[in-house]
Amino acid sequence: MGCGRWTIYFLTHDATRSAWIQPLAVEYWSNTTNYRGEGYPRRMKTSQKTDDRDTGANLTSPVMAAFKVFQQELDTKHDKHERLVKLSRDITIESKRTIFLLHRVTSVPDVEEVLTEADLKLDGVRLNIRMIAEELRGEDLHQFHRAFTPGIQEYVEAVSFHHFIRHRTLISLEEINTKLVFVKEPEDTPEGQQPMGTPQVLTFQVTPTDYLLGVADLTGELMRMCISSVGNGDMDTPFQVSMFLRQIHDGFSYIGNTGPYEVSKKLHTLRQSLSKVEDACYTLKVRGSEIPKHMLADVFSSRTAMMDQDEGMA
Amino acid sequence: MHAFCFCKFIPLSSQLTAHVIFQDIRKVVQVLEQTAREILTLLQSVHQPSGFKEIPSKCQKARELFCTVRTHLGELKTKFPVDQYYRFHEHWRFVLQRLAFLAAFVVYLESESLVTREEVAQILGIEVVREKGFHLDVEDYLAGVLIMASELSRLAVNSVTAGDYSRPLRISNFINELDSGFRLLNLKNDPLRKRYDGLKYDVKKIEEVVYDLSIRGLSKELEAGGDK
Repeated sequence: MGCGRWTIYFLTHDATRSAWIQPLAVEYWSNTTNYRGEGYPRRMKTSQKTDDRDTGANLTSPVMAAFKVFQQELDTKHDKHERLVKLSRDITIESKRTIFLLHRVTSVPDVEEVLTEADLKLDGVRLNIRMIAEELRGEDLHQFHRAFTPGIQEYVEAVSFHHFIRHRTLISLEEINTKLVFVKEPEDTPEGQQPMGTPQVLTFQVTPTDYLLGVADLTGELMRMCISSVGNGDMDTPFQVSMFLRQIHDGFSYIGNTGPYEVSKKLHTLRQSLSKVEDACYTLKVRGSEIPKHMLADVFSSRTAMMDQDEGMA
Repeated sequence: MHAFCFCKFIPLSSQLTAHVIFQDIRKVVQVLEQTAREILTLLQSVHQPSGFKEIPSKCQKARELFCTVRTHLGELKTKFPVDQYYRFHEHWRFVLQRLAFLAAFVVYLESESLVTREEVAQILGIEVVREKGFHLDVEDYLAGVLIMASELSRLAVNSVTAGDYSRPLRISNFINELDSGFRLLNLKNDPLRKRYDGLKYDVKKIEEVVYDLSIRGLSKELEAGGDK
């Protein structure tokens, strides 16, 4: 089907009146795709579902005609919201898997291999973010923010974790957003369309709030990384993580309650993570030289078991 | 060392300006709410037996108060970046729904018809389409209409008390059509849906009024008398 807008008329046979009636016309936008890249109508209503309401009512009344328009508007908005929720869920799942993958750097000899594999996974996530950007084209993104914010926060967590492992620094919001600039090459245009002269640019910009929330969640992963690296006899990482975590904590403390409510909520968990990390470093410092490396794992596993019990009660 | 971490990594200034914007918006919204209360007080008086005769003049006065509303909404528009309507929408959602209700109520009192979204936007001096500027969201319009439905169920009851036996029938027809309209909508489990759930109680209440009138032959008397 060619691209653009087509109108399809659904006719149903009304047995009671022995007539063909046209309850509604459906607009079919053939250049839209769902997040899997399949074509589908922007708003397809099957006549079966809405038959009772549509045919029973007097559609020529201005009130009913107005509500028909409202129905279409609301459906369009809800459909878009649902598509974004689905994309967000996929992003969350893939980002979480990336984080699990990245945790292996503490127990595996080739760190670079893990990082490269994680890079590929994150590229996949970015494709989904691109689809979010497509959905949001021409929209007010705050109208749909609630739909995709969980996925984006998880992505920030994954990408900042990756960055820390490689560079031992905190990735900036700007750096994150630079990677979310998508260029539509002329070859990407569908068949039949004239290739555009200039490539189209599509961006998705993470908001400062989502960035902060993602970084707050990152601290939990860093805490786990710190504990597990000690168990593997790594004497440097724990102190590096501790220092880094302290900086992040201080940054959040500075923002305090002036930031969004969700950020303040995370401060509590952040303090707990920092506390565990600082205790681990203390133990390492005081008793590290006394304990043979191969037994360090045992010392910390018992300590973390205690801490996790506390966490369960908190 | 403390703030260095984040000042470097996010534009903290954006947090602070958002804070200032919230304050500015709240100030204008408070003024809007005050005006809305004035319009409401004015229109509520139609429920009094004496108020019925004065409906046209009250509507006129209400329309004058809407001039003030238009001015304030014009001011509200300037308080935030034009493309961030939904970022701050929560701040004025309540008062905008109230104003939509009041506009719908005035139009009903004047013409016994359902005000269109375009007409409400015109009364408030705002747009209907988001791209054109500060607009009336369809859900806020619908919420306003539902608030009016409750008001009309109350009016039906008070009409009878005031001796007007024909108005409840007209309100009944109006509300039933409104209900049919709402049935066309596929609502999600959101505040609008919850508000819509209240509509059936309004419908029921008005049906009871109409029933009470018809079994006592009160509405028939009017029909016989040539009244509509």
